[in-house]
Amino acid sequence: MSESTLHLTADVLVIGGGPAGCWAALAARRAGASVVLAEKGYVGTSGATPPANTTLFYTVPGDRLQNDGMVDHRVAPAKGFIVRDFVRRVYDETTVNTELMTRWGYPWPRNETGKTFRGNLRGPDYMIFLRKRLLAEGVRILDHSPALELLTADGVAAGAAGITRRTGDRWEVRAGAVVVATGGCAFRSGVVGTHNLTGDGYLLAAEAGARFSGMEFSGQWALAPAEGGLTKGIIYFSGSFSDADGTPIPHPAVPDALAAGRSVHAVLDRADPYLEDGYRKGQPNIFVYFHRLGGNPFKDRYPVRLLYEGTVRAAGGLDVDERCATSVPGLYAVGDATTREKLTGAAMSGGGPAVAWCIASGTWAGQAATAFARQFAAGAAGLAGRPVQPIGGAGLRPAAKPDPERTAEAVTRAVQQEILPLDRNYRRTGAGIAAALERLDGLWEAARDGLAPPAGATPRDVVRAREAAALVATARWILASAGQRTETRGLHRRADFPGLDPAQHHHLLSGGLDRVWVRRADPHEEAVAA
Amino acid sequence: MIELILSERCIACGTCAKVCPDDVLRTDAAGEPVIAHKEDCQTCYLCELFCPVDALYVSPRTAPDPTVDAAALIAAGLIGSYRRELGWARGRPGGTETDLSYRMHEAFTEPFGEIWKRSGI
Repeated sequence: MSESTLHLTADVLVIGGGPAGCWAALAARRAGASVVLAEKGYVGTSGATPPANTTLFYTVPGDRLQNDGMVDHRVAPAKGFIVRDFVRRVYDETTVNTELMTRWGYPWPRNETGKTFRGNLRGPDYMIFLRKRLLAEGVRILDHSPALELLTADGVAAGAAGITRRTGDRWEVRAGAVVVATGGCAFRSGVVGTHNLTGDGYLLAAEAGARFSGMEFSGQWALAPAEGGLTKGIIYFSGSFSDADGTPIPHPAVPDALAAGRSVHAVLDRADPYLEDGYRKGQPNIFVYFHRLGGNPFKDRYPVRLLYEGTVRAAGGLDVDERCATSVPGLYAVGDATTREKLTGAAMSGGGPAVAWCIASGTWAGQAATAFARQFAAGAAGLAGRPVQPIGGAGLRPAAKPDPERTAEAVTRAVQQEILPLDRNYRRTGAGIAAALERLDGLWEAARDGLAPPAGATPRDVVRAREAAALVATARWILASAGQRTETRGLHRRADFPGLDPAQHHHLLSGGLDRVWVRRADPHEEAVAA
Repeated sequence: MIELILSERCIACGTCAKVCPDDVLRTDAAGEPVIAHKEDCQTCYLCELFCPVDALYVSPRTAPDPTVDAAALIAAGLIGSYRRELGWARGRPGGTETDLSYRMHEAFTEPFGEIWKRSGI
């Protein structure tokens, strides 16, 4: 492996190049900041968006039906916590920025009446469009360059260090502010678009002292064809389900049937030809499965399975304020890396709200990070000489002697055994959570002490070790929070507490590494009134 | 998972290795792509999409697919089928302007479907 290190300085460093990271970088650049964007994969293909075709929610100025409908629609599934004014702010900000996309030349489709339709962003086209815009605006992109740890200066985020996977070269960016845009965590469950979403940014931020909110609302499982990994739920608006014998199963009962080990089949038999055409020509990524393996999903029953999407399309994540600042000075978070409780409550966030949130949160964080960098870090000129401390621990700097048995693969498999089995995790129990947490606490200690890339490690080994540590940490924040919420609410399902408890209308904050903590926080005022 | 690299079509441009989100593909000394870490393939088809000459095939199965047969796939017109469905050509985006996804949103329960029908700006 090469020993050379790329040293850069920037007003704002963005870690993660999915849509939220791209919008953060664009907003910071437009506010006058110098910007480096470091992405684990390739900006344009990495993360949940590029393999998908994503719904986008926004408001239309002066259209009351549209605006109130969009906002009100979120209230019932949210089961509390949603803040209407906040939802409206997110959708309004999205409208402003889709207008920017129009000026930049985005080729919006038109509906039958000739109006442009902005309710959808086709993943690969959208991400390559943003990549080109980033380059045009002068953002420095580091592809295939995962961040391994944050740098701090007196407790203030001051940059990050990482590795370039293709060469093994190290990189270090000193920055006046840092934006975490690393997405959620799906525990390598096999969902298309989530393979490199392993909670890396959560671990980086938690090591600096950042906290989380709503990690118990991470019970997001999604349907996929039995041998496929694409979890697009929209087609099932037109679907019917049945068991192996053909006995109908109502849509809401499908997850429990699968968790009980029953075989479930789907068929999209409720779509008329007009809509079928819309599905096929709107979501080709779904139909490539049937096209290549044979069968017509609009006529033939096909077996389905549930895959865990973790925090990617769920609600929980890093706790941020209205400017998307975390509890660590100089550290911001955007998109799926953050909690989305004020936007979607206890319900799933993807796609419409989540795609809007990437645009709005990215914009707000990019602006706020630029202001922070100017005010507190004296700009890029003052950054290079500032004494900084690298703060990465588990998986990077073992606390004791490295244990060759403690490989990234073994640690990852051990986490998956706790968090992926459908029968134990679709509906959790207090006893099951406690037992899993005890095993995960032991795994964390072992990983902290002994997980390290082996001698002669490839860059891939280095990255995998750090990802494995992030997976363990994320599973513990999820389960510790899930243990404290003794009710069923939205994406949080307890077999031992099947009802919603109005007395638990509070947020659960969490954090910590060696000692995971969970505490209650009051919900937003408007959420109580709702 | 990625199953085929059709070397007779490949022009060794390196794009598939460059765009792979998780380092599944590498290029060898001659610049030809090799499947270096098949276990990390997430079946996203993005290498196919960016390939300018339809030289790759990703099976929709998320586990290794022993049924893949290059000659049969070529005969069935399935090499590059995802790219053609989207309207991309030579590794460049295309086809967004003819996306019919709005029809799915129109099918939402009212008043949401009605909102989308009239939601153009």
